[in-house]
Amino acid sequence: MNTQTLNRPAPAEPASATARRPLPVQLREALPSALRKLDPRALLASPVMLVVELGAVLTTVMTLVDPGTVGVGVTIWLWLTVLFGNLAEAVAEGRGKAQADSLRALQEETTAHRLSGRPDPARGSLLDQPAEVVPSTSLRPGDLVVVTAGERIPGDGDVVEGVASVDESAVTGESAPVIRESGGDRSAVTGGTIVLSDRVVVRISSEPGHSFVDRMIALVEGSERQRTPNEIALNVLLSSLTAIFLVVVVTLHFVAGYSDAGQGVLVLTALLVCLIPTTISALLSAIGIAGMDRLLQRNVLAMSGRAVEAAGDVDVLLLDKTGTITYGNRQACAVLPVADVPDAELADAALLSSLADETPEGRSIVALVRGDGTRPPVPAAATLVPFSASTRMSGVDLPGRSVRKGAASAVARWVEEQQGVVPHQVGDVVEGISRAGGTPLVVAEQRAGEVPRVLGVVHLKDVVKDGMRERFAELRAMGIRTVMVTGDNATTAAAIAEEAGVDDVLAEATPEDKLALIRREQEGGRMVAMCGDGTNDAPALAQADVGVAMNTGTTAAKEAGNMVDLDSDPTKLIDVVEIGKQLLITRGALTTFSVANDVAKYFAILPAMFVVAFPGLDVLNVMRLSSPESAILSAVIFNALVIVALIPLALRGVRYTPSSASALLRRNLLIYGVGGVVAPFVGIKLIDLLVSTLPGA
Amino acid sequence: MSDVLPALGQVAILVTALALSTPLLGRHLARTYTSERHLLPERATYRLLRVDPDADQSWRTYALSVLGFSLVGLLLLHGLGRLQPHLPLSLGLDPLPADGAWNTAVSFVANTNWQWYSGEAAAGHLLQAAGLTVQNFVSAAVGMSVAAAFARGLARSRAGGRVGSFWTDLVRSLVRVLVPIAVLGATALAVGGVVQSWHGPRDVTTLTGGTQPVLGGPVASQEAIKELGTNGGGFFNANSAHPFENPTPVTNLLEIFLILLIPFAMAWAFGLIVKDRRQGGAVLAVMALLLGASTALLTWAEMAAPGTVPALAGGAMEGKEVRFGEAGSALFGAATTGTSTGAVNAMHDSFTAPGGGLTMFNMMLGEIAPGGVGSGLYGMLVLAVVAVFLAGLMVGRTPEYLGKKIGQREIVLVALYVLTTPVLVLVGTALALSVSPGVAGLQETGPHGLSEALYAVTSAANNNGSAFGGLTSGTPFWNTLLGTCMLLGRFVPIVLVLALAGRFAAAPRLPAGAGTLPTHRPLFVVLLSGVAVVVVGLTYVPVLVLGPIVESLS
Repeated sequence: MNTQTLNRPAPAEPASATARRPLPVQLREALPSALRKLDPRALLASPVMLVVELGAVLTTVMTLVDPGTVGVGVTIWLWLTVLFGNLAEAVAEGRGKAQADSLRALQEETTAHRLSGRPDPARGSLLDQPAEVVPSTSLRPGDLVVVTAGERIPGDGDVVEGVASVDESAVTGESAPVIRESGGDRSAVTGGTIVLSDRVVVRISSEPGHSFVDRMIALVEGSERQRTPNEIALNVLLSSLTAIFLVVVVTLHFVAGYSDAGQGVLVLTALLVCLIPTTISALLSAIGIAGMDRLLQRNVLAMSGRAVEAAGDVDVLLLDKTGTITYGNRQACAVLPVADVPDAELADAALLSSLADETPEGRSIVALVRGDGTRPPVPAAATLVPFSASTRMSGVDLPGRSVRKGAASAVARWVEEQQGVVPHQVGDVVEGISRAGGTPLVVAEQRAGEVPRVLGVVHLKDVVKDGMRERFAELRAMGIRTVMVTGDNATTAAAIAEEAGVDDVLAEATPEDKLALIRREQEGGRMVAMCGDGTNDAPALAQADVGVAMNTGTTAAKEAGNMVDLDSDPTKLIDVVEIGKQLLITRGALTTFSVANDVAKYFAILPAMFVVAFPGLDVLNVMRLSSPESAILSAVIFNALVIVALIPLALRGVRYTPSSASALLRRNLLIYGVGGVVAPFVGIKLIDLLVSTLPGA
Repeated sequence: MSDVLPALGQVAILVTALALSTPLLGRHLARTYTSERHLLPERATYRLLRVDPDADQSWRTYALSVLGFSLVGLLLLHGLGRLQPHLPLSLGLDPLPADGAWNTAVSFVANTNWQWYSGEAAAGHLLQAAGLTVQNFVSAAVGMSVAAAFARGLARSRAGGRVGSFWTDLVRSLVRVLVPIAVLGATALAVGGVVQSWHGPRDVTTLTGGTQPVLGGPVASQEAIKELGTNGGGFFNANSAHPFENPTPVTNLLEIFLILLIPFAMAWAFGLIVKDRRQGGAVLAVMALLLGASTALLTWAEMAAPGTVPALAGGAMEGKEVRFGEAGSALFGAATTGTSTGAVNAMHDSFTAPGGGLTMFNMMLGEIAPGGVGSGLYGMLVLAVVAVFLAGLMVGRTPEYLGKKIGQREIVLVALYVLTTPVLVLVGTALALSVSPGVAGLQETGPHGLSEALYAVTSAANNNGSAFGGLTSGTPFWNTLLGTCMLLGRFVPIVLVLALAGRFAAAPRLPAGAGTLPTHRPLFVVLLSGVAVVVVGLTYVPVLVLGPIVESLS
């Protein structure tokens, strides 16, 4: 491979790094869209806001017929209430627009070299088959196309022949090129990405218009956003609260009439709008869009909002050991000499045998022995003996000296074949390391004219990533059990599980075992999340409630899962769970806040409405608002402003710290329940102080 | 302050008695609704009714059985009222008018026992015993059955929407619970001095030498089930204020005990049926907390007696019986409105303004603290679902109650349940106050008149049945309005609750994990109480402001 082509200048701006402008700017930019959403048809999805808009229309008519300061004030602020709600949604949607635009650039029509006719076996490689030039939009699943360095891949698919480096920065935001090759788990390519070197044959797997990038655009724009089950249920609850308050206000008209304290439509409308849960209804869709957006910020694409919500409910997390819990390669952690071999001699031999060894294991031995990160040069006279599956050893031959390192049995055979003797002690050390879940690497040396002898054992071990233990403890606090899935034998698996602090292990796991485990947990009523990349992970990914496919994986895996992680970082699952929970918490907290607000609004509006007929009710005017008119107007203004004040919270989400359900509830009840009762008393009073300075109020 | 000690004493006795009875009766109730065995008299009844006691009904069949059974009761009662002169033991009384007979039939079938007539002057012994008393038993049994079906729905897992057999629940409620306890209760009341006889009016010579007809009758037997089944329909117009129904402070306390006995025990039984006693304990705690708070406030309102008239008179004794005093009346008032009983031993119309408002608020809670027999439990559990929904979102999970996920369908049913009663109360009150036949029934004008109308509609829609007094309700308008409120206020929620039970029974019961919101801890008890008070408060405060609150503040 030509490394020169890898340093391609100016990679596209990473999708996730779209700079965030300050909120006021975002609000201003969202204004036209918010105004368009005033169309009542756009509000049908939110009955609460529709009621507010109808109320605004009603008061507008009333005020036109009979103008007055309060009427004008209430009317303006009712319209603003609807507008603020639209603004929240428009801001949330606007955040995805920039990303969508950069993705659209990938959609431009290109030409493709489609293999024509049946592959001719005589020509051998597919790469040599004749090809015709067709527009990329005419490609159908199953078509084979040849893509050469410098060309755009015309559609989603799998590499079926060849290997190439591909620039996927426009999709993933990662500027380093990635290798895509046929067979194995690195075969999926995304339409719109660019081949930087070599030639590959790609089998197209998506219909035009339904590609990965198409779905991505729809997701980031929020245009395809389907409301999630919890959101729908919450909307039902909010609508029924609205219905109750509608009945309360309409009947109050008649009851007040009986009490000789009849109220005008204006005041009753103001009361209605203050009582119905406008705050949460205005912010509901913004919360949902922002939640998806937060996932996108972490480079996770959720194929449905339902999956994000399900992530919040996850009870069991299946994590692959390799690459997720451990660094994925064994590292040397100790060198153990046998018999009377001095430490330095063993260290020197181990170092020598590893100098030319570019495997992670080899490099870790150098790092362990040198301890300072430097790497001595390979002696000029050295002949390398590479690792082979049949010898299961590697090493180096120097003039008069041979060093080997490898599996215990392989090295023992090498030693014994040349009449050397393996001390008993070696067996004990090897067994001890295996029992602890490590891999023993025996080091032996043969000097010219001597029989070979065993110097000692290098202890390789799977190193658990930093901070995993703490993350699993956090998950446990959230009520989530982690299960480590590994192909290792039970002993090794148990040792690593113990070190990482996971709750359970599935050792010597086959893909079938994984699927069976998921089914078993689901039958017990638990929700399971997992991540995977290979084609053999696809059934399990499809079965899991939350299946996160790695972007580096196969197309089959990406289609089976309901999320794709563009960074291909399996620990991202934990973030996904947190975002799912945060989404629900934000909705619940703002609903509680919205309903709790009503208490104060009653204290403002009810005395104002009836104090003329019943002077005794002045006692209830605990905020000592300056006049009945000012009280009503202040409540309406507060109701509108609180939406704007909470937009940042809706977009950011309520702070979530992993802890027990009880602790979360206590905290959120205190902040949003009790806070929701107190805040409007203060807010309405402050607004009243301002409003009372207006003439005529 | 010499009144305080006896006031606290009677509460202490009551609490002790309930603390002893609740677990015992609760266990008995749980066995009643889960046992596989049929008793001999039950087998005979099933054969007579031609029903299969072991049939596991789907919620639809269960609901149709409830409605069909209640419809038959309604027609029978209506017939008894209309044909009264042609039937034996009628004491020569006239037939009930059409609207009145309908109102009474609905009232007793709906476990409300609103009485637009004077018991002794309009209903003969046959109507009282074969009609009203029978309904006192069976309407209570219907409520208990529905609650049992709901509890089973929550307890089951993937049961395909099957919630048990209505007929078995009904018969067992009667045979194993209501009849035996009513017999014990009636005996105790008779021993305590309540009248029990079968003859017509007797003339007695009064102190002044004149003669006056005095009516006896099967009072003690009706009294026991009147309280036990949270019915409240008195033999006499004066209800439990009448010395033949409730002669002494001892019988007064015994009647209060009977009122609260089953509602609290149902909560305990619920915990046992769902196999998690702590859940029952939490529901019980919310009921006790709300009832305790309302009793304390009501007692304070009556004993502190704010207002000019009580201050001059030295106590708020108007409309109260001297033998019970303020505290005995307040405790009875709280118990009768906190449950859907509606029996009264004092005129709630004459309670102090805040006191009257509190009795209304008790009913507006939806009769959940502790509520009617059965209906109190299912009403509270529906509110628990609302609380769980909000709380569940706030802990970041799809809300679930007892391992049942609360999704869109469930929340629709819950929302309709929560909507039904407030709509009936508010629309009914507004209607009564805006048409002349409605206003004509009110004795007072202004806020107190409003309270009279509000109380009546609230009482009917919540199936309480107590009257504020001051309202002349025996008119076609009021009979029709209140009858409609009683009918819809009883059976719409029952159908919704059974539908919810069916959905829960069909759903899997998920195991609780560390991330699941615990619904048995004090935090949840506080939350559920808060949800009940806030939701009800927000709904009714505007109309309460114009009635009792204005009265209290002026």
